Amino acid sequence: MASISRSLLIAGAVIALSACAKKEPVAPPPPPPETAQPVTAPEPTGPVKGSQEDFLASVSSDRVFFDTDKYDIDMEDQSVLRSQAQWLGANPGVSVTIEGHCDERGTRDYNLALGERRANAAKNYLASLGVDPSRITTISYGKERPAAMGSDEQAWAQNRRAVTVTVQ
Amino acid sequence: MTRFARIAAFFALFLASPALAQLSVDVTDDSGSSNLKIAVPALPTSQPVITPAGSTDELGQKIAQVIADDLRGSGLFSPSGPVGMRAISMNEVTAPQFAGWSRFEALVHGFVRSAGGANDITVGCYLYDVALETELTRQGYVVAPRDWRRAAHKCADAIYARLSGESPFFDSRIAYIAESGPKGARVKRLAIMDSDGANHRFITNGQSIALTPRFSPDYGSILYVSYIQKRVRIFVYNIGTGKQRLITESSNPTFAPRWSPDGRYILFSMAIAGNTDIYRVSSNGGTPVRLTSSPGIDVGGSYSPDGSRIVFESDRSGSQQIYVMNADGSNQRRISHGGGRYATPEWSPRGDLIAFTKIVGEFKVAVMTPGGENERILTNGWQDEAPTWSPNGRVLQFFRTSPGRSGASQVWQVDLTGVNERRIPTPLSGSDPAWGPLLP
Repeated sequence: MASISRSLLIAGAVIALSACAKKEPVAPPPPPPETAQPVTAPEPTGPVKGSQEDFLASVSSDRVFFDTDKYDIDMEDQSVLRSQAQWLGANPGVSVTIEGHCDERGTRDYNLALGERRANAAKNYLASLGVDPSRITTISYGKERPAAMGSDEQAWAQNRRAVTVTVQ
Repeated sequence: MTRFARIAAFFALFLASPALAQLSVDVTDDSGSSNLKIAVPALPTSQPVITPAGSTDELGQKIAQVIADDLRGSGLFSPSGPVGMRAISMNEVTAPQFAGWSRFEALVHGFVRSAGGANDITVGCYLYDVALETELTRQGYVVAPRDWRRAAHKCADAIYARLSGESPFFDSRIAYIAESGPKGARVKRLAIMDSDGANHRFITNGQSIALTPRFSPDYGSILYVSYIQKRVRIFVYNIGTGKQRLITESSNPTFAPRWSPDGRYILFSMAIAGNTDIYRVSSNGGTPVRLTSSPGIDVGGSYSPDGSRIVFESDRSGSQQIYVMNADGSNQRRISHGGGRYATPEWSPRGDLIAFTKIVGEFKVAVMTPGGENERILTNGWQDEAPTWSPNGRVLQFFRTSPGRSGASQVWQVDLTGVNERRIPTPLSGSDPAWGPLLP
């Protein structure tokens, strides 16, 4: 699932680039000479450094998960955030937003507050690894933007999350 | 709103004798079997004239329908008419043919009169006790033709108040969030409507998530949370001008806005470095005052009707529970002691009860006293969340969410017996209803 969406994103980026390239000429191009060889587009060599695609391709995950009503960063989360901190260290010009989310089993206002806690917990851990906190903003979506749509333990576990997104 | 004059002088003052007034309905009766049988024939007009809202005889039919629907929706009445009921003459309005209405206990008559065009319409409203053949109340309303539904709600309010002994509530409005789109990318728009779902109007266009609206006590503005510019902030939207402003300038997220009963203050929650506390700010702006300071989540809040106390929720004990404090933040004490978690407390406008969301895996709408006693669960949906009080403190609206991929929410209503439950019709799905006070 993750790798499919990743390659779709890359394909999207290539399409966007070629669309831009086509806009460049102002005058209509001359008709191609009959002897011209077909021009092959350069193969994409990978995501642009510092981009969201580069981030997703480089880190072990863009998100960490939490237990019900909890916001502590466990060993697995620490490993994910270390990979994010490493990438941020290699891309010092990039800022990120951490989105805090909750499952649907909390009331709306409480979940906004809980999502803030989760986003800040992830932010604080990145800061403890040396990432300048001024590069990190947080936003809570509470239960407004679930990643998994079911109403079962598996879906809820995927929704209790903090997701790091590069600011482009 | 437009002018809305009650023309008491137009009618002879009627002095009801309590000894004769035997008809009544009991808002605490949950059997449903004693619903009062009340006839609501169409309101006649002396001479049909055309208004921008339709001809006066059409309005007479529509007003009677709204009266009947309001009374039915309260759960205390079994109304009949106006459909399938014989038309009455103007003469009957003040001289009912009681013998012909003997299968009913109460009888509503009235009339619609207008000079035509955009002139105001006059709506008369009369309530009779059929067995005693006596008049119980009469009222008259002068409204712009487009406000004909308000005359109907006022008439239903007069009937409800006269027969229940409770304060009226039909002539009031709801702010809520209209929802559409898939569960993972829900479009959430601020919208307003009458208490019965009519006169619906969208306010925001849905490009940013809108949450948790609250009408100001004078209906002039609405507090709500907007995700515009990808931040979580409270705006106050002025209904007259269509403009909005932030309630406070801060780099921190602000949410869960509430008005004080007099509209002078706004209670809100703000998260600083992940820790959420409750603050108060003047509705004219200025520096916010922090009211709570626990390391836990302190959120929401609702003033007592006299403005002296605030009920709010906090997880300082380890789980969401309900607390009461003085309006200045002093004397914070927990009032919820049953099993499960407690959320979204709202103080009744009557002062006698706190409505809240009880979390026991599922969400239930429940009430208890401000001392935390006599807890009663009123609903039984999968997720029934965030009750809001009717102006008379006898009815609650809330939103009911279904599980699974649809996850759709609808606005529902229940009375304090827990028996009379119904869905409020909205054009899309709906959540976060907030009931305003009785219209002036």
